[in-house]
Formats: sequence, C-alpha cells, structure tokens
Amino acid sequence: MKRNTTLAIVAAAFLAVTALNVNAAPPPTPTPRSASANANTKVATARLATPQGSPRFRFENFTTANGLPDDHVYSVLVDGDRIWAGTDNGLGLYENGKWKTFTTKDGLAHRAVLSLALDKRTGDVWAGTMGGLSRISGGRIDTYTQLNSGLSNDVVYGVSVENENVWVATAAGASRLDLNTGEWSLYNERNTPMAEIWTYAVAATPTKVYYAVWGSGVLEYNQQTKVWDKYDDPDGENEMVLFKDQGLIHEITTSVSYVDQVLWVATYFGDSRYDGRYWHNFLTKDSGLPSNFTNVVKAVDANRAWFGTDKGLAYYDGANWAVYRPSLTTGKPEMTIRDAQGRITQVPVNTAPAHNYILNIDFQGNDIWVATAKGLSHGILQQEK
Amino acid sequence: MTLRLPSTRASEVAAAVALGVSVVIGSLWNGRRAHAGVNDRSGEVLTYASPVEMLLSPDGKRLYVLCQGSDQVRVLNAASFESIKTISVGHIPRGFSLSPDGARLFVANTWDDTVSVIDTTSLELVATWPVGAEPTSVVEDREGKHIFVANRISNDVAVLNAQTGEEEKRLAAGRGASYLTPSPDGKRLYLTHVYPNPAPQRAAPESEITVIDTARATVIERIPLRNIAHAFHVAISADGRLGVGAALHPKNLIPLAHLEHGGAFADTLMLFGSDIGDKPVEIPLDELERYAARPFGVAISPDKSHIYVTSGGSEIVTVIDVARLMRFLRAHKPPFAQDLSASSNYVVARIPVGQDPRGVAFSVDGHSLLVANRLDDTISVIDTRVNRVTSTIPLEGPKRLSVLRHGEQTFYTARYSFQGQIGCANCHIDSTFDGLTWDLEPDGFGRDIVDNKNLEDIKGTEPFKWNGGNPDIPTECGPRTEKYFWRSENYDDLTLTDLATYLRSLPPRPNRWRQPGSELTPAQERGRAIFSRATDSFGKPIAETNRCVYCHSGPQGTSQRSFDVGTERLTDNAGLFDTPQLTNIALTAPYLHDARAATLEEIWTKFNPDDRHGRTNDLKKDELNDLIQYLRTR
Repeated sequence: MKRNTTLAIVAAAFLAVTALNVNAAPPPTPTPRSASANANTKVATARLATPQGSPRFRFENFTTANGLPDDHVYSVLVDGDRIWAGTDNGLGLYENGKWKTFTTKDGLAHRAVLSLALDKRTGDVWAGTMGGLSRISGGRIDTYTQLNSGLSNDVVYGVSVENENVWVATAAGASRLDLNTGEWSLYNERNTPMAEIWTYAVAATPTKVYYAVWGSGVLEYNQQTKVWDKYDDPDGENEMVLFKDQGLIHEITTSVSYVDQVLWVATYFGDSRYDGRYWHNFLTKDSGLPSNFTNVVKAVDANRAWFGTDKGLAYYDGANWAVYRPSLTTGKPEMTIRDAQGRITQVPVNTAPAHNYILNIDFQGNDIWVATAKGLSHGILQQEK
Repeated sequence: MTLRLPSTRASEVAAAVALGVSVVIGSLWNGRRAHAGVNDRSGEVLTYASPVEMLLSPDGKRLYVLCQGSDQVRVLNAASFESIKTISVGHIPRGFSLSPDGARLFVANTWDDTVSVIDTTSLELVATWPVGAEPTSVVEDREGKHIFVANRISNDVAVLNAQTGEEEKRLAAGRGASYLTPSPDGKRLYLTHVYPNPAPQRAAPESEITVIDTARATVIERIPLRNIAHAFHVAISADGRLGVGAALHPKNLIPLAHLEHGGAFADTLMLFGSDIGDKPVEIPLDELERYAARPFGVAISPDKSHIYVTSGGSEIVTVIDVARLMRFLRAHKPPFAQDLSASSNYVVARIPVGQDPRGVAFSVDGHSLLVANRLDDTISVIDTRVNRVTSTIPLEGPKRLSVLRHGEQTFYTARYSFQGQIGCANCHIDSTFDGLTWDLEPDGFGRDIVDNKNLEDIKGTEPFKWNGGNPDIPTECGPRTEKYFWRSENYDDLTLTDLATYLRSLPPRPNRWRQPGSELTPAQERGRAIFSRATDSFGKPIAETNRCVYCHSGPQGTSQRSFDVGTERLTDNAGLFDTPQLTNIALTAPYLHDARAATLEEIWTKFNPDDRHGRTNDLKKDELNDLIQYLRTR
C-alpha cells in the first residue's frame, strides 16, 4: 500500500515537473532514463575541481534549431571528438561541426533513444531504446529485440559494456549479452534478490556490476563469485529518513555509477555514496544538491561526482557544491556555490545548460556534455583568471 | 570413358594444344581425363593435399603452400618446386599469411579454432594459439602489435597480442567473416564474408567489406556490397587506389529454373577505392557461354595493368585489362553486373587451369602467376606476358582418384550445368549452406519459396526437399538437379554415385556451443528438459506429437517425417514440411521452410501463435532462451 502511494506520488511529481518545465513540444514520453554510467570513466580531469574553486563553464546549447534531431535528449555519450545524443526522435551524431541523425530507417530499434554506451575497445556504440537495443558499428546498425533475440524486454533504460559483455537494464529485468558466444543471460526476480524487475540503469565494470532497480534499491553482481547482492533503504518504504547514512537513501533508484570502488546512487529522494563500508547520503536540506529528484549521477572519482536533477546540474567535489542552471524564477543563467560550511555564493555567469531538467551527463576531457529536456549542452571549461 | 566437356572448353583445349603449350610435368587436361576414368577410381579414403593458398617468401625463393586436405604447410623451392619441408598445422587450414618481416608464418585452422605460428627460419611450429570460431584468415599489422583473425562462425575479427597470442578483443564483422587483406601501406585491413548479412525475408542479399584501422584496431567503415551474398579474396593495387573483390551475385528472387534466360548467378568483381569513387562498382566476369563460375582468388599485377581472377567452378583464370576496364567504366553507367556483353570490353583472356582453382600468388618479377588447384593437387604456372599456363606442378600425394575425391570434384565444378554456369558449390558454400532463400521451381514468381538447407551431416536425414519429395540423395542430385538446376545433361550413373557418396561423407563441423566433454551448461540442461518435456508450465500434459523431441528425434534431430507446424502460406503448394535436422542449427539462419524467421527466437516469438510448432507459448522469456541455448548444442 505504502509502495503504491510512493509510486503514485513520484509519478505525479514527475509529470508535474515535466509539465511545468518542458514546453509542449515533447510528446507523452516514458519516464526519461538513461545513465549509460560507464563506471570506468575518469576523463574529467582534476581541473574540473581545482582547489581554486568550482569549475566554471561556458555552455553552448544545441537544439533542433542547430541540427539536433530533437530537443528532448535522454542520453549523451562522448566518443573522442564525436558526440552521440539519444533523443526522443532519433540518435544524433555530432562530428566535425555537423549533426547526422540515425533513425529507424537506418535500422535503429526505435526513435526514442534512452541510453547509450561506448565499447571503448571496439568503438562500437550501444543504444538502448524504447523498442530494443541497437549496436552501431562502423556505420552498420544491428538491432536486438525481445522477439528476435534473448533480450528480456524492448524498453531498454540502461546499457553498459564491460569486456565482451553488454549489460542491459530493461523494463522486465536485467539482461547480459556475451558478444563472443551470443548467449543471453536474463536476471529477474527468479534468480536474483530483485523485488521489482523495472531495472532503470546499469554500471558494469570487470569487478562489479550495479543495477538501479526502480523500487528495489541497488542490485550488485560480483563478477568473481557470480553472486548477486542487494542494497536497500534501511527505512524500508518509509519516506522519512530515520537512519541517515546507514544505507541507501531510497528504494526508487534511478542511476548508478561505480568508480574507484565507490558506488554512487541517484534516487528520486536524494542520493547516496557507498565506499564498501560506509554510506553517505545527500539531501537538499543538508547539502548543495538542488533537488532530491535526481535523474542521473556520474562520478569523476571516489570523491567527486556530477548530479542531474529536475532543478539543475550539480557538481560535488567532496566538500563544496556547485549548481548550474537557468534560474528557476527568471530563467537567466546562474551558478551557485555552497561551500563545506554551508555558505552560499552566487557566481555571475552568462550561460547555463539548456534546461534545468537534466537527464544525462558525460565528460569530454575538461568539458562536460549534458542531456536536458530542452536541448543538449556542451559545458566548456573556462580558465580561472 | 571421358567426361564430355562443354564445346567452348574443348575448343580452348584444342587451341592450347595447337599452340604447343609447354607443360613440365604432364598435361593438366590429360591428367583430368585420366582422373575421370571410372575404372581408376579408388574406394579408399585417401588424403589429398588440396592446396588452397600460396605465399612467396619476401626474397621470392620459397613458396609456401597451404594444404587444406592434409592439414599442412608445404615449403617448396620457388624456382624448382622441390620440397624443402612439410609442416603439420591444425585441422582444415584455410588461410595464412607472413608477418611483415617474413619471420613468422601464421596459419588459420578452421576446424580446431587455432592459429599455428611457424618460424620461417627454422620452419618449425613454435606456437598454437586458440582463437574464435572457425578462423579463416590471419594477418599481422606492420608494427607487430596485433594479429587479426577473421572468424567465420562467430562473425567477428579477433585481435590478438602479436607476441603472446592472447586475445584482446573482437571486432564485429559481417556474417561469415573470412578473408582479410591488408592495404599496401598496412594501415587498413579489408575483410570479406562468405555468407550474406541478415536481411528481411525476400530482400536482395547484401554483404560488406569491413574496413579495419590497424593502428586503432577498430572497424572504421563497412563498404556495402549490394546484391552480393558471398565474397572471397580481395586484392589492392600497389598504389592503394584500386580494390578488387571476388563476388557471387545470386538471382535468388526469381525462379532458379531459368538458367537459359540469363543464369542463376552473376559472377562478378566488386571494385572500390579512390580509382572507382565513393561507391563500389560491380562488374561482370561472365560472357554468354563463357562463364566464370564461383570467382575466388584475385591478384592485381604489380604494374596495375591486369587483374587475374580464379573461378573454381569454371576452372579458369580470367584476365582483365585494367586500362580497358577503366575506359569501360567511364563510358558506361552501372548497373551492368548482369550484362553478359560487358566483360568482352575488358576481359582479355580466360585461361584454363586445374580443378577448383583458389588462391594465387605473383612471382617477385610479376611475370608468373601461380594458381593453387585445390581438387587436383596441382599448381598452375601462368606466364603473365602471354597469359598461358606454362607448367603444371603436381604436389606430392595420392595419384589415384578416389570415389570421394571424384564426388567432391563433381560437387565443385560447373561443367554439368547449362553453359557451365553453376555448380552445387554455388549454393552450398564450402559444402555447407548459403544463408539464402530461393524460388527454385518454375511454378510462378514467389511460389514455394524455400530456405536453403545445410549439407553437413545429411547422411541419414532423408527425405530431401522441404516437401520431402526426394527420398534419397541420388534422386535429389540426379533427375531433380538435371531438371530444375542444370537444365543440361545429367551425370552418368557412376558420377552421380560418387557425388552421392561424397555428400553422405560430409561430417558436421565441430559444434562451438557444446562444452568439452559434452556436458551441458545449466542453461543448456534446462533447455534440454524443455525440449523433452511432457507437461507444460501449468502442469498440463503436452500431446506427444506436440513435443519438440517428437519431430526432432534421433541423433540428428529429425524424425525424417513431414508435419504441419502452422507455417503454410498461400504461396506454398502444401502445408506439410519435412522436419529439418538440427545439426549446427545455430549457424544456419534464417529458419522455417521459407526463411521467415530471421533468428531461432522468432520461430516461437513470432511464428508459433497457436502452439502448432511445439507447445511454447507457456514459456517465460528466460525459458525460451534456455531452449535456444540447448538447440545451439545440437
């Protein structure tokens, strides 16, 4: 009963946020998800969080006006000099200053591309869509669906590649494709501690694989022992945080990132960090997080991470927070810093991400790319004067 | 008794004799006649060399010959062709290459999934590396960092550490990844495929040339080969501007029984590279009554003046004048792949060689082209200045022609069909399958569309045809082939017997999904239980005739009976279909009699709505996956 109430509240909150913040352009869409969450990513360099202060960016924004396939961008992936954008109406590739769009006519499984992952060894790009999983390899698109392959479900919220394994988060459980053998392994309530099968994001590494399971916490797969484990909110389904820092902040998880043996988890009710022994939770009331409603988390390393919320893009450097967004009241670009002592400073800026509803994040050297509900943003790091 | 040769072939032989062609050791054609004598055929199982590829050492002094039949690399003196050493390698080697410095020779062994490494100084086997499924060719990069191996069954390219052989990754290739060719500067690898990529039912086939950047070890491009189902060797000109690939262009969307109206295949070359433009161009090799069935090996002369192509079915080497070809291309707008008048514009010679000619190698000076004749164990030496065979070198091996060998020769030659257009091997690539759907009979366009079956392990799976109409192989390959395929004279009885004996001898290739020791994985074991189950997921009994194991019984997975599995369409002449064997079923997509199922999954997720193809609609998705995992072990 309480679970149902929670889900209803979250759904209503999401719809309200979407209605408030997104113009009429996007058609009714699924709860947006992505989180390619390549947990090995450490490309964001130290300059993103220099001791001199939080990083400043000049944001260049892309919309349909300058070639993006659609303004509703679920996912973004940096592939060297190339940028892939998973939108509600096709997969965009930004290369040499131009956008190219891949659609179902090119073999893409579905127009709505919810998640993206790069196989760094081969250069292949994997796209999770509302209609299956696609691989873009050397210009050819191969598609796996629940009908033509062992994929558990066509709604692919998350995808992550580790060695020869492609790990997939679907609306009906987790799937793994062994690229060498072609064998699919399915994971669901029958062979894992998964209470719900709505897997929402996945972060796969050679040692651990983490799934954000919507309503069922975080699922962990140990690659060595081949055993599944589970992390739950010690408060159960209670919305009150009775046991802060004693476990996962909430069961409704949306994103996972695993870097330097530290797990970061985003939920719709705050975020968590777990170093294998201690949990630390982040809430708006006691951190610089702009909203507890978090769509994505992407770690830089064990101590630093980026958060995409419904009220802006946030960066945490282990002590200080910075928030980048169009002002919630005026729409003008703003950057807010909250230091470790809780002091808040406004930093004058001229640009901001295209929208405050942040759906996905990826790094390109010192720069950051941000998928939003109203465009794709390229944050170009500005040198401190 | 002698084989009856097509008139054009006979005239070519006569002309060659009249020209007083110098033959060092016996005439190839005389040899063929001797081979064909039925009284000479031996019932023994003999091991022939079956040369498929050749390489010259960088100094041109040694000739390496890859012998598929005897699992050997034979090292010959390139001048005298005397044997220097014979080195045993893995089972059924199909491709080999020298390291850029010539110090190591790598051999891809298809049936034991290994690469043999030979030290070319000591001529000793120094390592054997495990690789992917059915490695077919192997190339080392210029930097000595990586070895690239094309895996035919796993449809990928394994990238190995060049020193240790450890696999670092695999690159997604096309279906039937087989032949790797480096660009002259070593920066690119061009990979061809012997099976077409997956395509919608009744769509024109398409393959690709996968282009690999050797420095990054990634796929950077896929050159589409429209209408091409099978591609073989590629050659790149010394300046890197012209690429040439041997290709088979099937006309499988129209009734096959129209050989007399233009053929079932176009034997073509795919041209690509900066000399050609952005898109590849397909040019025909065929001419009326002068077909070049099953092109395979390709070489471009060092001065880029001529292209040489072997044709296994026609047993010839076709010579193309590049300058004339370029003039033709400038003057004509494609497509002209099926234009039988085109090739006379650029083909300057069609040189008869041995049986099933495959790989070729140029001498260092470019004046001689060596041709490996797989099915008569010889090497033809062509003087490229006069485009004639000047000598034919026999390799060591049995001199008697066995029944099996003659059957294999019969299978691979095109001489029996109308104008020598096709042979069995056109549709059964390397004695397997082709991944295509055919409109076989003259019963109207689009009627009785059938998937081509695999030939592996077919002994004991009769009857044949999807309607079960042919009770045995002699019927399948005799009158039926004569009437519907060859449109020409039939085999004599003994030749037909030899062909049937060969087909019955074809073994299954090793199953790559079955673990060593034949133990099943837990998923496969669960699938086996589903395959044999008598009750469904709700505990209700499944009628015996609706259990998988009922129709797919026995070691080969066929009861040899026909059933209605609910797949009849208005275009079918009947609804009962012969139960196909399950041997290596994972390899032979598409599925069902008309190939409507692109994958094994689709048989049950899309085309079994009423549980008439076994009770399966009660299965959960992971249970269906288990069933498929089991089927892959068959």
